[in-house]
Amino acid sequence: MSSVLLELNDLRVSYGKVEAVRGIHLRLEEGQIITVIGANGAGKTTLLSAAAGLLPSGGRASYRGQDLLRMTVEDRVEQGFCLVPEQRALFGDMPVIDNLLLGAFVRRRDKAFVRKSLDSVFEQFPRLAERQTQLAQTLSGGERQMLAIGRALMAQPRLLLLDEPSLGLAPTIVRDVLMRVRALRDQGVSILLVEQNARAALDVADYAYVMDTGEFVLEGPASGMAADPRVVATYLGGGVE
Amino acid sequence: MSLDIILILLVDGLSTGAIYLLAGLGFVLVFSVTRVIFIPSGDIAAFAALTLAAFQGRTVPGSIWLVAAMAGLACLAECSTLLRNGATRRIPRALLLYGVLPLIPCGIGLAIARQDVPEVLRILTTMALILPMGVLIDRLMLRPLAASSTLILFIVAIAAHYLIAGIGLIAFGPEGVRTTPILDGIISLSDSVVIPAQQLLMMIVALLLSLVFYLFFGRSMTGKALRATASNRVGARLVGIRPERAATMAYLIASGLAAIVGILIAPVTTMYYDSGFMIGLKASVGAIIGGMASYPITAIGSVFVGVLESWASFLASDYKEIIIFSAVIPVLIWRSFSVHRDGDEEIEEFA
Amino acid sequence: MISARLLSLIVVVVLLALPVVGSPFLVTLMSHVGVSSLVVLGLVLLTGIGGMMSFGQAAFVGIAAYTTGWLTTALGWSPWLGLVFALALTAVSALAIGAITLRLGGHFLPLSTIAWGLSIYYLFGNLEPLGRHSGLLNIPPITLGPVSFMSQIAMYYLIWVVVLLATLFSLNLLDSREGRALRLLRGGAHLMGSVGMDTFGTRLRVFLIAGIFSGLAGWLYAHMTRFISPAPFDVKISIEYLLMAMTGGASQVAGATVGSGLIVLIKNWLQDFLPHLTDNPAQLEQVAFALMLLLILRFAAGGFMPMVLKRVRSTPRTVKANVGGLPTRQLPPRGEPVLEVEAVERRFGGLIAVNKVSFDVRAGEIVGLIGPNGAGKSTMFNLITGTLAVSSGTVRFLGKDASRLSQREIARLGCARTFQHVKLRPGMTLLDNVVSGTYLRTGAGYIKGGLRLDRLEEERARHEALLRLGQVGLADRAHDLAGDLPLGQQRVLEIARALALDPVLLILDEPAAGLRKKEKDALATLLRKLRQDGLTILIVEHDMDFVMNLVDRIVVMVFGQKLREGDPATIRKDPAVQEAYLGGLA
Repeated sequence: MSSVLLELNDLRVSYGKVEAVRGIHLRLEEGQIITVIGANGAGKTTLLSAAAGLLPSGGRASYRGQDLLRMTVEDRVEQGFCLVPEQRALFGDMPVIDNLLLGAFVRRRDKAFVRKSLDSVFEQFPRLAERQTQLAQTLSGGERQMLAIGRALMAQPRLLLLDEPSLGLAPTIVRDVLMRVRALRDQGVSILLVEQNARAALDVADYAYVMDTGEFVLEGPASGMAADPRVVATYLGGGVE
Repeated sequence: MSLDIILILLVDGLSTGAIYLLAGLGFVLVFSVTRVIFIPSGDIAAFAALTLAAFQGRTVPGSIWLVAAMAGLACLAECSTLLRNGATRRIPRALLLYGVLPLIPCGIGLAIARQDVPEVLRILTTMALILPMGVLIDRLMLRPLAASSTLILFIVAIAAHYLIAGIGLIAFGPEGVRTTPILDGIISLSDSVVIPAQQLLMMIVALLLSLVFYLFFGRSMTGKALRATASNRVGARLVGIRPERAATMAYLIASGLAAIVGILIAPVTTMYYDSGFMIGLKASVGAIIGGMASYPITAIGSVFVGVLESWASFLASDYKEIIIFSAVIPVLIWRSFSVHRDGDEEIEEFA
Repeated sequence: MISARLLSLIVVVVLLALPVVGSPFLVTLMSHVGVSSLVVLGLVLLTGIGGMMSFGQAAFVGIAAYTTGWLTTALGWSPWLGLVFALALTAVSALAIGAITLRLGGHFLPLSTIAWGLSIYYLFGNLEPLGRHSGLLNIPPITLGPVSFMSQIAMYYLIWVVVLLATLFSLNLLDSREGRALRLLRGGAHLMGSVGMDTFGTRLRVFLIAGIFSGLAGWLYAHMTRFISPAPFDVKISIEYLLMAMTGGASQVAGATVGSGLIVLIKNWLQDFLPHLTDNPAQLEQVAFALMLLLILRFAAGGFMPMVLKRVRSTPRTVKANVGGLPTRQLPPRGEPVLEVEAVERRFGGLIAVNKVSFDVRAGEIVGLIGPNGAGKSTMFNLITGTLAVSSGTVRFLGKDASRLSQREIARLGCARTFQHVKLRPGMTLLDNVVSGTYLRTGAGYIKGGLRLDRLEEERARHEALLRLGQVGLADRAHDLAGDLPLGQQRVLEIARALALDPVLLILDEPAAGLRKKEKDALATLLRKLRQDGLTILIVEHDMDFVMNLVDRIVVMVFGQKLREGDPATIRKDPAVQEAYLGGLA
């Protein structure tokens, strides 16, 4: 029996007077990959930022039985709850290696832990090992994405939130990135994946939610969802055969 | 003008530049981490000088009461914030940070004030006493408005300067002080050119501290965390670096640098309770030259300001401030015309 | 509740009656309040409304005071000549400082003005002809024909007449074409550029006005006290002015007088009271003021005026019909090329965001630009509107090469846009937001606006704006604040503002985002109607239902390149497009 890691109940996010995300119910069990898909502007990134604590939100949310909304972003990170944001948020003027070492900031005193994490990240992303002295801002789009994920993995998180890992990447790299996501799950990391590239996301996820204008409009096991005409409709408009 | 005079002015300028360099590094550090132009750092330097002078004069420095009062207020502010957020378990830590730690040097200061103690102990106590000032100013005045625009933060920093400089008068009195030099004696370069050892000390300390600064930011995790916060705030939060703690660290370092500035400068310049403003502003000229971002360019800029000042004092002492401040004009013009066309900034409302 | 007109009348009557009923001391005090009000009025325009900050206002006051002081004492000139030179010198210094700092953002202006303020202060204290620290004595009073402003009461009236005129000028200005540019400054350079306003020019002019107000204050001050020394022109005093602005309410014209009054009174009280407490009253006063400033920033950021305004009733001015319209543009005949994008490329460092994209838009058609997130649509959009510079390739607008033009020049050619992240001034009414779109079709400058000589044009612009609001269905909310609209309606309001430019090409960035079904239908109807009227529209949109049913042609971008171009039905069926959107792993 797996246990519930993350649970959102009626989560709401407002920008000023406008409620951008409302009535979100989501359950993520340990060892699962959950994906939230939907067209651009549906509120996926807002939802993820709020879950990570970067935006204030209302409603209820729990993580490993604790009240998530009372925790700061940093508290969440200390508890193994890490976000890889859409803009990557790398330290551009610092070398790759420092970006990675800072990823393990909350465990910085445990040198053995940091070393092990670094070895493991380099093993998964050999390209980062090659470029470790290069400044982050000089990396290509794909490498930046690897670095962003690698940095989050340095803390050996329990739950990883990935926001549009395929953004701006060529199709072959997208496949590669999502294969790595699946590999992470096999190592015991639970994943909440937000993706616009629906087919790719559904391919790796266990369970999926479809978001449209701030709300979940559809949910179910990922396997059946790719063929669902309603999913196609949220992307390309109604009337698609 | 003889070669001797040129040499004397150069040495004098370099030692003054060393002072601005230290203050300028603190400026850039605090600005890059918190977006605050920390004008009160000059006041902190002046207070360090006045504190050491008081110890040397066998009196209790007013800064003890000032720091103690600020620590008390900061404890109140922090505890009430924590209570409001329901984070009661963090209260002991807050009391330690804002209450106990600043009060320890206050106690030591009281104990040694009227005693014959080694000079080193006086200097160390002064450092320890002044160190928390930046953090306390941050907690009391700046942090409540940390989310505001740089402009609001700027006014707050200016107001904070006038506030603590005014209190400085009450704490220290209006008299100017000079401390006894840490290093006595002179070094002769030639028959007519002698350098006071204190000036040499200023340069050496600045060099050494620059090296420490470089190593701290290049090697230590804390240093890297500070750079990370300056580089990408969201990214820093996402790896678990707390912005408030990074700010505290930045203020601590800036206060430490300011304290060293005050201790170094007091034997060669008479310091008053309000001498800090000018030191801060001149250091900011160096920082502006460095674009408030680059440490090496700030260092070069600060040394340039120091040399310029010693020449200006020699050639046109009435106008030396004007000459120094004019040094920013070419920098501003240059920056003005290299402004990015893609830039767009929205400014928040006041009301 | 009290009407604004009645309240102003009461204030004027009280000011008129004060010398009759008040003590001479009070009259002198109020004269000082008046002088400060002038400086603070400039700060309100500059800081509260324009979002810039200056610690050099006291230095401007000083320049004017010393200019007139020196000319009237050393050379024995008339104070009126002194006024001319005082204002000229303040204006020149303001322009010089503004020219080198106002292009730079944030902290450069305040830091530079501190340096400038201190330099001027030291200069006054060191120049022999200006009497060094002892200053200039025996400055003559102002005379006008037989009237001498020697007595404090006469000076009081002169000062307050100037203050009231400056206040009226400022109020008129804020309600005029250039005043709207000033009120848009805080919306950022992109918003300003989109309606053809010049950010730097506007900043410079308001900095100049604030300088001139300070110059006037300096002139009045010198001939009122008839003695000047460097002390009142120190940076410290600039900060007092800032405190006055913050206390009164930095974004309110009336706040200048209210804030000056409060602070001068408090200062006076402190000066009576503090000497009983301490030997250093000046420094304690400084502590008190610094503390006040901190507390106001922390707990009452709006200052005093908003509290007053809550109790004041003001009725919105109606929009007059039958005033005639603004000049309109000749639209190109249907089918003529309006926008031609040729092999346009944009690189960010090593990243190619837009890679050799070509397409065109012809008069009278609606073209949709679509593509998945990160495809480079926004960058393309910014390249067309001049927000970003192209790395290579050409953008031609109505046959003219527009690749190197600024946003402003592109807007002038007839290209109006909306923003993905809505850029409106939330504190301005819907009507005022839309009127700001007529900037390029009107011409009144600062003088005309400030003296209210722009009324006919202004009425026409307002009428035009109301028509545009009507077109998008928001006419009934014309006098509400834009910030009170829901997000979807704010997007529609942006369209109305864009239409007020009388554009040839309308470029819309995700106009349907956040709209409800009914609102989307209304928007589609509006856009079809505009197309019928001959307008050309380029639309970047994610809502496929909306795009597919509206546009004539679609350009699909993926990875910075053009993937397909064609009519909606073909595009929708295209497997490559489907793969780009839904991914190709299934």
